[in-house]
Amino acid sequence: MASNEEEILTGLAEIVNEITGVPAADVQLDKSFTDDLDIDSLSMIEVVVGAEEKFGVKIPEDEVKNLATVGDAVSYIKNASAEA
Amino acid sequence: MARSQVPVVVTGLGASTPLGGDVASTWDALLSGRSGVRHLTEEWVEQSPVRIGAPVAVDPSEVLPRVEARRLDRSAQIALIAARQAWADAGFEGKASETGVDPDRFGVVCASGIGGLHTLLGNYDQLLAHGPRKVSPLAIPMLMPNSPAANVGLALQARAGVHTPVSACSSGAEAIAYGLDMIRSGRADIVVAGGTEAVIHPLPIAAFANMMAMSKREGDPTAVSRPFDKDRDGFVLGEGGALFVLESAEHAEARGATVYAELAGAGITSDAHHIAQPEPDGAGVMAATRKALDDGGLRPSDINHINCHATSTPVGDAAEALALRKVFGEVIAGIPVTAPKSMIGHLLGGAGAVEALATVLTVHHGQIPPTINVDHLDEVIGLDVVRGEPRKLGDGPVAALNNAFGFGGHNVVLAFRKP
Repeated sequence: MASNEEEILTGLAEIVNEITGVPAADVQLDKSFTDDLDIDSLSMIEVVVGAEEKFGVKIPEDEVKNLATVGDAVSYIKNASAEA
Repeated sequence: MARSQVPVVVTGLGASTPLGGDVASTWDALLSGRSGVRHLTEEWVEQSPVRIGAPVAVDPSEVLPRVEARRLDRSAQIALIAARQAWADAGFEGKASETGVDPDRFGVVCASGIGGLHTLLGNYDQLLAHGPRKVSPLAIPMLMPNSPAANVGLALQARAGVHTPVSACSSGAEAIAYGLDMIRSGRADIVVAGGTEAVIHPLPIAAFANMMAMSKREGDPTAVSRPFDKDRDGFVLGEGGALFVLESAEHAEARGATVYAELAGAGITSDAHHIAQPEPDGAGVMAATRKALDDGGLRPSDINHINCHATSTPVGDAAEALALRKVFGEVIAGIPVTAPKSMIGHLLGGAGAVEALATVLTVHHGQIPPTINVDHLDEVIGLDVVRGEPRKLGDGPVAALNNAFGFGGHNVVLAFRKP
């Protein structure tokens, strides 16, 4: 199931808002999960699991540390869903 | 008489109970004899051997922001709500360092009898249904028994130590005794202390029912919990908690704090008799009572009121009453007692704290709430049980005891005195 970048960003923003309370509008491609959105490592795992479910992709634990910004996550999900 | 200690006073109160979402509504219901026991409506109730309970009157989700709530077990949610109320009641606002409290001289003691049960079992359900990936990364920090204490400490910025005594149904009272020790020993000037519990869930209900500890009485749920009544047949499970702000009298005086009561003393013993049954001759309870009196510099004749543990089990209520008659002798005839569990059910790790709250308010307001459902006072009890209307205390000095006992043979008695 391939999704376009905008759909992924919107979906990811909903997940981040649900878990952390950060307004969905603040979840932008250039934002760092830790520095800008103040998401700790535990909440990040929750975001990842939420994204896996929502977009039908697998995000291995080793990959999570490479997802510094929202844009990194959107790209990863886009590529992974294109392969799926 | 051991009276060399630093006097410790209660300067703030907070609670979320089956009777109300705060202290005022809880106290009002206690005085009116209103029960918080009701039919449970969850889906699992259909198959449960017991279908009633006493959930908190105001659900924590109505009070806490959603994102904060989802990171906390229900027991910690209740503790945090009660702690913030107590903190504000004591005249504080925000974190310790923002409100003139030295964080290094401020501790938290918040007990739980069972811990984050909803989190543990909820995540186990997820594991079985969907596999390990669906287990929350927050599960451990949410389910650990020290989570309520740790979260209160985080929210209010306590650095003198955050503790969680676990002694089943006496946990909440033991936490208050521990807070007293922290201040007396010079480890803290202020301690937020109390207990919380939230285990209205089919597993503990089945387990307690299989122990024959819970009432299976049918009909009006508000008539089921009946401590000291001839027809009592077990306890009703409740949830909730209460937290106090305890302070050295010197610290409280220096900042002009309002004092509800002095926490005069505490007595703690263990039965070494049976894992779940009370000692039939009440020796452990008697020893704890004597220790509390001695610790508070009180004589039996100084006591004007006892808030009993009385859970509404046939054996437990009789054993507690016997122990009190033996400790106090003839004096007991002049000491009115009450059993809040008739209205709130049994809050396990929250019980000792919520009932200590009732005891403090009795000392403060001079009124003893009634015990409800004592239609036929069991003749083996032999105590002056307050029934019907609240009983007024006289104008003289007031001292009261609060009893809390737990599976494992734990006995905790707290002594409060009008300042």
